[in-house]
Amino acid sequence: MNKRYWNEYQKAIADDHYFYERSCIRQTFFPGSETTFLKIMKEELQKDIRDEANQHTCTGIGYHSDIVPIETTLTIVARLYSLMTEAGYTHYVPSCVTSFGIFTEMTEMWLNNPDLLEQTRENLRKATGREFELPQNIAHPSDIIYKFREELKTKMKHQLVNRFTGKPLRVVEHIGCHYAKIFPEKGIGKAEFPHVLAGMIESWGGEVIDYPERRHCCGFGFRHYLLQENRGYSIANSKKKFESMEPYEPDFIVTNCPGCSMFMDKWQYVIAEMDNKTYDKEGYGIPVLTYEEMAGLLLGYDPWQLGLQLHQVQSEILMNKIGIKFNPDEKFRGANGKILPTPDKPHFLKQ
Amino acid sequence: MGNIFNLLTQDIRFSEALKACMNCGICTAICPAAEFYDYDPRKICDIVQRKNEEEIEALLRSDMIWACGQCLSCKTRCPRGNVPAEIILVLRKTAQELGYYNDVAKKQQHRLAETVGKNILEIGYCVHPDRVVPALHPEQGPIWEWYVKNIEEVAPKFGANYHGVGPGALRTIREETLNEIRKIYEITGGNQLMDKLLNNE
Ligand code: SF4
Ligand code: SF4
Repeated sequence: MNKRYWNEYQKAIADDHYFYERSCIRQTFFPGSETTFLKIMKEELQKDIRDEANQHTCTGIGYHSDIVPIETTLTIVARLYSLMTEAGYTHYVPSCVTSFGIFTEMTEMWLNNPDLLEQTRENLRKATGREFELPQNIAHPSDIIYKFREELKTKMKHQLVNRFTGKPLRVVEHIGCHYAKIFPEKGIGKAEFPHVLAGMIESWGGEVIDYPERRHCCGFGFRHYLLQENRGYSIANSKKKFESMEPYEPDFIVTNCPGCSMFMDKWQYVIAEMDNKTYDKEGYGIPVLTYEEMAGLLLGYDPWQLGLQLHQVQSEILMNKIGIKFNPDEKFRGANGKILPTPDKPHFLKQ
Repeated sequence: MGNIFNLLTQDIRFSEALKACMNCGICTAICPAAEFYDYDPRKICDIVQRKNEEEIEALLRSDMIWACGQCLSCKTRCPRGNVPAEIILVLRKTAQELGYYNDVAKKQQHRLAETVGKNILEIGYCVHPDRVVPALHPEQGPIWEWYVKNIEEVAPKFGANYHGVGPGALRTIREETLNEIRKIYEITGGNQLMDKLLNNE
């Protein structure tokens, strides 16, 4: 029944020639994921994708925290589009779900309001002398991985299968609110039947857990996480999700949005340290991967170059289940193999 | 009469955000902020659409408008196509413009301008590892502390171009680019808002 709904809602995703926009949050917490996405695009799929040096923030976090006026955000988005236009591209690929929401929303506003578009053009011209065109296609990087998931499968060295039991790994997926809640028709499967990550998981051998709070926010809350005294809001939302998924015993969580990846990882650490409580049975927590990390692991990329060691909940147990070989000595070394002091261990969360 | 309400309607987002609320409460049922705060998006829509100036002014001065977490869940579910999340953005903007936001919100918005606001103008990123200081972010845990301490050695392992020139994650954004961002702020009212928030401690 669900499958029928999912099949009804498919979005257009460009085939090639993409303009990539980096995410402030993904660069900060998961730089290896962006590297991996570009590597998959260029080396596995032979696609043309532009990584522009001259790009910058979309202001999304500031906009949703009410410190950037909408006219400013519109014009900043226009500048980013001008870089795309200048480089000869028409397919825009923002690496962050917040940015994806911002680009989709600003573009829709312009399409519905030609005077506003003209005013933004004027503002951008005045500020920078630049011109811009609207993209013909806006796709989140996960949309592109989803589109080519079967082709990627043929190149994968591993599957989402527990090698000890032979059963599919059980995976919680989280698409992030701004991927499909703002404009449901812009997300694969819309907001109610999220399929962008579910499609990857199923194609690659895993089983998707459909738990009650699947669509609930991770709790970022913009100003709420950014203000120390409001972080209780953020952790309370994540906790609600963890409690809801716990009985289903997920092997791991995969997320679309870099913010959600970070929160669902770090709040597990905080809950473990505050309450000595984890949501797996053994006290290690549930690993949280980005979709790039999930794809990279299955393609046989080195987990320590993917950046798995940057998560506070570690992934060794998961990698063992999949049958991924890794060198533990490499984990906390520098880029040139330099031996570095290792991180402190948490008090309760096992590593 | 009707000054504040008129101000709200002048925002480009307003007409799309509030069509006609039928007070069904579906937005409140789905709203995570309603679960954890004294906050009710249905009530907000109702107050605004009744156009009672005193009530709207009290709303602008309240804590309530600052509780929304901007998840946009309400947009997906509202059967009338309203967007309480966007009404909130318009209310917050107006509260800041009129100076009606309360002291707690003033202090909080000041801090957000000091952090994220300055990040954008100074380095071209909303968030950057140099500015997620472990002492202020105990929730980030020991691995974050380790990463920040060793970032120059470790970031290249992930293909990052930390403080480098040219493309790549965490590259230094060129001064010319930053100047274009600053000029955009100047022309579009971004600086005006930043100044206001930074001066309001
Ligand atoms: S955007 Fe705000 S009002 Fe809407 S559901 Fe989320 S927290 Fe509630
Ligand atoms: S869901 Fe829509 S119609 Fe119902 S109370 Fe909320 S805003 Fe009003």
